[in-house]
Amino acid sequence: MPKKDIHLKLEELKSGLTEVKGLELSIGKIIEEGWAEPMGPTPYPSVTTLREWDMKLLSKYKPMYLPYCDSCCLCTMGKCDLTHGKRGACGLDMAAQQSRIVLLACCIGAATHTGHARHLIEHLIQKYGSTLPIDVGKSVGIEVEAPVTRLVCGIRPRTLGDLEDVLCYLETQITQLLAATHTGQEGNELDFESKAFHAGMIDQVGMEVADIAQLSALGYPKADPEAPLAEIGLGTVDVSKPVILVIGHNVPPAAEIMDYLDKKGLYDKVEITGICCTAHDLIRYNPKAKIIGPISWQLRYIRSGVPDVIVVDEQCIRADVLAEAQKVKTPVIASSEKNCLGLKNRTLDPATEIVADLVSGSTKGAVILDPEKVGEVAARVAVELAPKRAKFKVLPSIAEIVKEAKRCTQCSDCRRACPNDLQIPEAVSKAATGNTNKLADLYEVCIGCDRCESACKNHIRVHSLITGAAEKKIKEEKYKIRVGRGAIQDIEIRNVGAPIVLGEIPGVIALVGCANYPNGGAEVAEMAAEFTRRRYIVVSSGCSAMSIAMQKNEEGKSPYELYPGAFEAGGLVNVGSCVSNAHIAGAAIKIANIFAKRPLRANYEEIADYIHNRVGAVGLAWGAITQKAAAIASGFWRLGVPVVVGPHGSKYRRMLLGRSDIKDDWNVYDARTGGLVNVGPTPEHLFCVAETKQEAMVMMAKLCLRPNDTSKGRMIKLTNYIDMQKKFYGVMPDDLHQLVRRETDIPITMKEEIVKILENKGWKESTIPDPTLLPRMIGTRKSR
Amino acid sequence: MIARAEPWQTAEVSGLTRALPVIKPEVVVAAIKKSKRPILIVGHEAASVDLEQGKPIDYIIQIAELTGAQIVATAHVIGEFTQRGFNRASWMPIMDISNRLRDPNWQGLDGQGRYDLVLLIGFQYYLEWVTLSGFKHFAPHLKTISLGRYHQPHANWSFPNVTPVDWERQLKSIVKQLKEK
Repeated sequence: MPKKDIHLKLEELKSGLTEVKGLELSIGKIIEEGWAEPMGPTPYPSVTTLREWDMKLLSKYKPMYLPYCDSCCLCTMGKCDLTHGKRGACGLDMAAQQSRIVLLACCIGAATHTGHARHLIEHLIQKYGSTLPIDVGKSVGIEVEAPVTRLVCGIRPRTLGDLEDVLCYLETQITQLLAATHTGQEGNELDFESKAFHAGMIDQVGMEVADIAQLSALGYPKADPEAPLAEIGLGTVDVSKPVILVIGHNVPPAAEIMDYLDKKGLYDKVEITGICCTAHDLIRYNPKAKIIGPISWQLRYIRSGVPDVIVVDEQCIRADVLAEAQKVKTPVIASSEKNCLGLKNRTLDPATEIVADLVSGSTKGAVILDPEKVGEVAARVAVELAPKRAKFKVLPSIAEIVKEAKRCTQCSDCRRACPNDLQIPEAVSKAATGNTNKLADLYEVCIGCDRCESACKNHIRVHSLITGAAEKKIKEEKYKIRVGRGAIQDIEIRNVGAPIVLGEIPGVIALVGCANYPNGGAEVAEMAAEFTRRRYIVVSSGCSAMSIAMQKNEEGKSPYELYPGAFEAGGLVNVGSCVSNAHIAGAAIKIANIFAKRPLRANYEEIADYIHNRVGAVGLAWGAITQKAAAIASGFWRLGVPVVVGPHGSKYRRMLLGRSDIKDDWNVYDARTGGLVNVGPTPEHLFCVAETKQEAMVMMAKLCLRPNDTSKGRMIKLTNYIDMQKKFYGVMPDDLHQLVRRETDIPITMKEEIVKILENKGWKESTIPDPTLLPRMIGTRKSR
Repeated sequence: MIARAEPWQTAEVSGLTRALPVIKPEVVVAAIKKSKRPILIVGHEAASVDLEQGKPIDYIIQIAELTGAQIVATAHVIGEFTQRGFNRASWMPIMDISNRLRDPNWQGLDGQGRYDLVLLIGFQYYLEWVTLSGFKHFAPHLKTISLGRYHQPHANWSFPNVTPVDWERQLKSIVKQLKEK
């Protein structure tokens, strides 16, 4: 990172050779010129710079730990028994150990996004030069091109080269954070939590860096609400053509495949298909590519035998991809040094030799670390190998399924291995009688982990049986997804800033993250539809954005065909891949900056305070799996944005929960008067599990409440909260006395009923403050 | 019948302290009778699982009526209680009620003092697993019983993994013995 302890600022310098104005130098590096906004208080924050802010949040939303293990086994003094208040040999107790694991997860996530950004930018600089301008949507008036980076680092990146400096900072911070998890370092759970927040913030910058770099260089849609629609689903693939599958998150090799095919006039003769976020970015690069589906579609697609060559880059790739590919005689190209799969590095070999080896089957795969060479080899292998492979598959026919099912002893080991406790033995038993419908039903809710198959002592190919039974469904799996649009326009922020902050748009709901859903992806689509119909702004990314797409209404339309892609009430906004999540944070930050005119540059606390108290945004990671998802959530926590996870999210082993029954926890300062005002539990939690989709929806509606809501806004938000609770729970909420501040907050159509409830609770009117958690904000500005 | 006192999900290996298996329902009945302030936390599966003669929620209502125990319904299951004419259940997410129960100073939903026995039923296995682990580590003032069909090693007492038929038999037996008290 640019060090700032040696810092030279020149207002005006004239000499015989030159004339310079407004120049700032730091260790010889130009950190800014011509940016009127003065540097804020926390540029390039270190691990402890924002600790005080973290502790404010953590005193309101205290960690609740849910240990996954009774012991610690991270050093050779262990294993240490941490039950019943015991400390380990190093002195750490269970709370600190759990928070340490949370920090580790967030560090892994932040390192992964930042490592992704590093590889991506090195490639883009090599290809396009370090002076390539950053452009995320200049043509549509975007001036705040990197809100997260501006907020955290205090710089305004102009070129790809500027992003390298940001990466240096991120890498330093991740190293320091990871070091804090070493034996004999940090020992306090709240300090671990603060560091986890820091990792989340770093992760958010890393994601932004990656996405604005690829947006700028690769010609993606730039903040386009009408980004094109692309095809998604297994049924969209033309199996008569050679098929290439790309899996992962780092798009350059996939983009090079498209370029090679285009250059050779083969584009219409080969199908390019993708799984996970590389697929998102591939359709941003060229919407003629096809998405197969989320992370959980890997095995079912590979075993279908459709792909003739598989190219993996990084992240969320099954570790057994090579073994699975071998079963269907499909070669694998590993294109990232983070994931070499034990294959020989052929980067320097001539393409023709690699192609010959892969087509002949003399080698099962190759590491190729040059994206351009990957493009050529993958395309040529697909074309040459497809006729030989003839879509060789390992999915069983119905007759084979019935035969194999008859070997089942009903031991239930498959079900006990299944993360979702699916009724596999029952379905297999039915299949043994010739009825495969129950097996086919499991296809909708199976997360594709294959643990069932690993567990089977009789070597029944359970996952293949499920997929084979669902052949008809697979053929019908044809949907449309809107291509990831990237950033939110400044003008969109200006349009919705006031209604969001005042509460008249009831909230921004971000449906993000992986596909470990408790009951299949349809639930995510249902939730998206519920909130869009209620005129929330619904934002999506990653696997969740795909799951939303993979549903149809009675007219055969997917949600992205039904709802506009604009950041507006009732919009359904696919921002793109995992790293595009930064644009969701960026939108919240831009509301504070562009609408409310809060200084952005290196002004983290004030902006987070603004967002926390005024911007009714909530994230939902219904199927969160990874450490990246933990880091993404953590970035939002530090901004004060609540995150809800599905039931599997309980395995992150820590919640951040408010206590609505402790009134004093909900005091904020009134920035106008300096007095303390009780604003009730708004928002109630920073991180919480929802057990069912119904609970998630009610919880999110409530978590959109903010202390700053106007009466009209609070009325709209309460209308939705009450209506959803009545619809899904069948009862009135029991906490309205904590959420209604004035009679004018009460939804008009329910006034009589609610007034009675409030009277019974001894409710009294309270004031609506200009809310802040920061004493230094008192009396400093006119609220907006 | 599967009746093993081991975790239902095979990789959820139990920890250093483990639940005592409830082989006879008398254990549950005795614990409830001994408790001064029992509380039942009921998840959504209590209303979605069909047993031969009812749903788990039907037995839970009977237990609550016989003992006066407080019920907290989680997720969307509160409506199932009111539909059955049981109107004194509270509701909140499992994380919220867990957070309150872990606080030794919390005086309960009615302000009459802290609870001493927590009975859980109706949750995804893994969600109950971590919830009980949280109680085990951070709520030493609580005893916990899992009334679910599958063995929960982090509880103080839990059924072994049992068949639906045996599960219903156990729940019925608890109700019957509470009636006889």
